[in-house]
Amino acid sequence: MEPTYAFDYSVIAWFLIGGVAFVSMTLGMSRLLQHRKPGTVKSEIYECGVEPVGPPWVQLKIGYYVYALLFVLFEVETAFLFPWAVTLNALPLYVLAEMVVFLAILALGLVYAWKEGALSWR
Amino acid sequence: MNIAIEILVRFLAMVALLLVNGVVLIYMLRKVLGHLHLRIGPNRVGPFGLLQTTNDVIKLLTKEDLRPAAADAWLFNIAPFLVFVPSFMAYIPLVFGPELAVTRLDTGILVIFAVLSLVPIGIMMAGWASNSKWSLIGGMRAAGQQIAYEIPLLLSVLGPVMMAGSMDPSAIVAAQSGTWFGFIPRWFVLPQIIGFVVYAISAQAETQQTPFDMSEAESELITGFANEYGGMRFGFLYLAEFSNMFIVAAVGTMLFFGGWQLPWIETPGWAAPFVFILKTYIGIFTMMWARGSLPRFRVDQMLAFCWKRLIPISLTWVVVWACIQRLAFEAAIR
Repeated sequence: MEPTYAFDYSVIAWFLIGGVAFVSMTLGMSRLLQHRKPGTVKSEIYECGVEPVGPPWVQLKIGYYVYALLFVLFEVETAFLFPWAVTLNALPLYVLAEMVVFLAILALGLVYAWKEGALSWR
Repeated sequence: MNIAIEILVRFLAMVALLLVNGVVLIYMLRKVLGHLHLRIGPNRVGPFGLLQTTNDVIKLLTKEDLRPAAADAWLFNIAPFLVFVPSFMAYIPLVFGPELAVTRLDTGILVIFAVLSLVPIGIMMAGWASNSKWSLIGGMRAAGQQIAYEIPLLLSVLGPVMMAGSMDPSAIVAAQSGTWFGFIPRWFVLPQIIGFVVYAISAQAETQQTPFDMSEAESELITGFANEYGGMRFGFLYLAEFSNMFIVAAVGTMLFFGGWQLPWIETPGWAAPFVFILKTYIGIFTMMWARGSLPRFRVDQMLAFCWKRLIPISLTWVVVWACIQRLAFEAAIR
């Protein structure tokens, strides 16, 4: 049987639904099997036996944000590279040249971020 | 109706594979790490401690799963789903033999990395929702690390994709049949050795194995993002980690080591899945070996290593390989 395009990709959706169902069923089964005895001490945050000081939801290093921005840039770029890589031999030579130029511009961006210190952990 | 049954059978087969893998890999990890540390590893439950992990599963199932009173209940509850389900979906495009896969996807490689890139969201969510400082630090580190190493991972995959001219895993495996010069197996690892090294390092980081386990960092953060989780919720977070390990090793096998094919000889159909699983387990063993041998990076070193070394190297390699391949192609058709 030659599977159809729609069938192939619908399997992803079925696996998503099935995966959620599997996790829910297992957690439900665990809920039935377990001996539940809640308590206030039990539901405290784990802090090695001492009382936690201050709220845990604090402001985090801004560095993570810069890395996330750079990540979006490069992730989109690699998404562009995949269709090009598949058709490397099929398309005319100037497509390769165009992609090299595109990558060079992105590499310049990386060099700029590097120079500005965005890649250093401060 | 027929198709529904067919999908269900494939679904159950993948669930079984995932669970068996989880149980076997946890046992294997303990034994391998034990021997690397000159210990014995589990040896009490069953012969050679073989039943240790099955008993652990029973323990996790019957354990009360607590949720801290201060936690964000909704996010805390759905985080295990977001970590586990994408990892499970990545099993769809794996090819275990000729015509043996859940389904044949012509963008299979991209699908695997697309679903795996959802895992950091779940891990960050788990870290945030736990309302614990250690969990939050672990979650943020995991996010920073996994998104950083995803870029070299994807760039290193481009080499085999260019060589095979396809993103379909079965086509990539088929392109690796036969030999070069009559005696070297036609595996992409030889021309793509730079890509493979980058892939192996990034895969180790993506699955948070030890040189890159900042997000768990047992000695600093206890278990990092999974700190407040217990019972089966923790079980799923843990299972997803081992499932990811299997997936990156399986993808490495398909892209660089000829998938289900034996070198030099024609692979019989029945042997193909065993060859594939064996190759994958050799890859996993190597990952565990590195895990037992290397000390942990510092978080700034880890990020600098990715952004300042791996990404420039893999970007350059993509350009160099594209030029080599295209020029060789031009020379061949002339």
